[in-house]
Amino acid sequence: MSRTITPDSMMPYFGTVVLILAGSLYFPQILTFDYLSQQLQIAAFLGLLATGATIVILLGHIDLSVPWVLTGAAILSTALVGSGNPVLSALAVPAALAFGALIGVVNGIGVAILRIPSMVWTLAVNSILLGLAVLNTGGFNPKGEASQLMVSMASGNVFGLPVSFLTWMAVSLAIVAFLTRTPFGRYLRSIGYNEKATFLSGVSTPSVVFAAFALAGMCSALGGVLLAGYANQAYQSMGDPFLLPTIAAVVIGGTSILGGRGGLFGTIGGALFITLLTSILSVMQIGDAWRSIVFGVIILAMLLFQAMRKGARS
Amino acid sequence: MLDYIRANRREVIAAVVLLVLLSLYLGTHPRGASTYVMTIWANQCLILGLAAIAQFFAVVVRGIDLSVGAVIALTNTLASHLLDGSAGAIGFGVLAVLAAGALCGLLNGLIIVFGRIQPIVVTLATASIFVGGALMLRPTPGGAVNYDLADAITLDIAGIPTALIISGLLIFAFWLPFRRTGLGLGLYALGSSEQAAFQSGINTRLVRIAAFTLAGLFGGAAGLYYSFVTTTGDAGIAANFTLNSIAAVVLGGVLLRGGVGSLIGALAGAFILKTIASLMFFSGIPSLAQPLFEGLILAAAIAIGGADVLRTRNRLEVFGR
Repeated sequence: MSRTITPDSMMPYFGTVVLILAGSLYFPQILTFDYLSQQLQIAAFLGLLATGATIVILLGHIDLSVPWVLTGAAILSTALVGSGNPVLSALAVPAALAFGALIGVVNGIGVAILRIPSMVWTLAVNSILLGLAVLNTGGFNPKGEASQLMVSMASGNVFGLPVSFLTWMAVSLAIVAFLTRTPFGRYLRSIGYNEKATFLSGVSTPSVVFAAFALAGMCSALGGVLLAGYANQAYQSMGDPFLLPTIAAVVIGGTSILGGRGGLFGTIGGALFITLLTSILSVMQIGDAWRSIVFGVIILAMLLFQAMRKGARS
Repeated sequence: MLDYIRANRREVIAAVVLLVLLSLYLGTHPRGASTYVMTIWANQCLILGLAAIAQFFAVVVRGIDLSVGAVIALTNTLASHLLDGSAGAIGFGVLAVLAAGALCGLLNGLIIVFGRIQPIVVTLATASIFVGGALMLRPTPGGAVNYDLADAITLDIAGIPTALIISGLLIFAFWLPFRRTGLGLGLYALGSSEQAAFQSGINTRLVRIAAFTLAGLFGGAAGLYYSFVTTTGDAGIAANFTLNSIAAVVLGGVLLRGGVGSLIGALAGAFILKTIASLMFFSGIPSLAQPLFEGLILAAAIAIGGADVLRTRNRLEVFGR
């Protein structure tokens, strides 16, 4: 656990504090409890996706199927609830999670068995899911609604804290425990460092890859269920704007895109930082163009800072 | 001849697949193999082809460029402002658009080399900056491109689509000579083994910067050609082009681990991808099922490319790939 909290992974937290303080100079309402609690609620959606992405990136791979796993899970769960059958609607969340795990296994087949670069294979899986969604919904917004459970998971409050944030933290804690208390976590990182050496030390590397992608798929699906609960519906392409911020959240959290190094602690900070940055940029009411530029420059500056710190040390 | 085919196995396979697909397409098209049909097909293919070439230059040095689509969007919106007016102004505009693309690539290369950050992460961030620039130039789609010039470049010369002539020039007048230059060899050396390239005296920093600058230049060329075909500027085209350019280079036999593949392969991969999409359109498959079939064919094509892993005799061999 001590290795997880590195100076790199602390950076987004410092960034978050700086954003809040600097933002509050211009907009005092940023320091209110309501605003910050709303940010935690929204950060949970990105955070759950980034949790899954962290697992895959630690492995040395990348999952580009996040957008349509998310959308597919949202369509599936809202359709089950919309059927009006109480049994089916109770099954909505488990079914969405099973869907995410299934797609994770499909991703694993291409990456672990066929040895296709994950960047290409998950991209193809993403476009197959897009095709399935279009075929299934006829290109229109899918019918259906969110269940009471999904709405309260996305928008409810317990002791003043948003349920979505607590869900995110619970999932993160469970995965951190899984990564630190079981051999799986060690195998995951060692595959990220050197897959051949890991295989030669007797680890069944394909099963680790399968498990990692399945976990990541379930995280994406859970993110989709929460987003559907938040919007009370599923809609086409609801996942597309999340793909790049998800990867950005993981890397500014200090996880190496090459695999092996990093952890979930930094990712949580990364998701908080990116959500807050997006939110403050829209509070400032500057145009889309500048928002996009400032976003890119700040991500780049944080990456450069991390790289320079490493360069100075070595 | 046989040796040539063996040495260029990947390109030959891609070219054969492309020919089969193209004859299927022309066979099923209601208007048959006319210049008109070929021109529209070739124009669509060349836009993605240029994007795939941009991606190829990043991939061959063991990098990846997630800003290809953003560079296309930025140069497309720039072109929609500059490509109208007097002949001199248009000439300047064309150069300015290409230079803007190359500058974007140079920026990527400088940050990657001197910032020592992975290309995938750098281009992820710069893509956001470039899209911002494109949005600033064209908040909503619009603008105009000189119609005479656009017609000249997107129609045909003596019955041969101009896009195919440009593709031929790219291969014979640019790529084949370029591959034999020091820089051309350096790209492959750097992609195959950075350490070996460095120890044999190649200036690896310079080669990597040059590779990304070339990627930017071809992204600019794709944006320019897109402007000629659509005659408008649109900042919202980035995401599709980036993802398709990666799929195209892989289909064309370029390995993402670097050092293997060629510009011809990347071009062929892009043509294959676009031909599949056009084929769908006239195939009689219900339009709602077409995206699914496109995805399945893409996955199948990539899986077949990866299937020779099942033939390896020693399981350890697969880890070097």
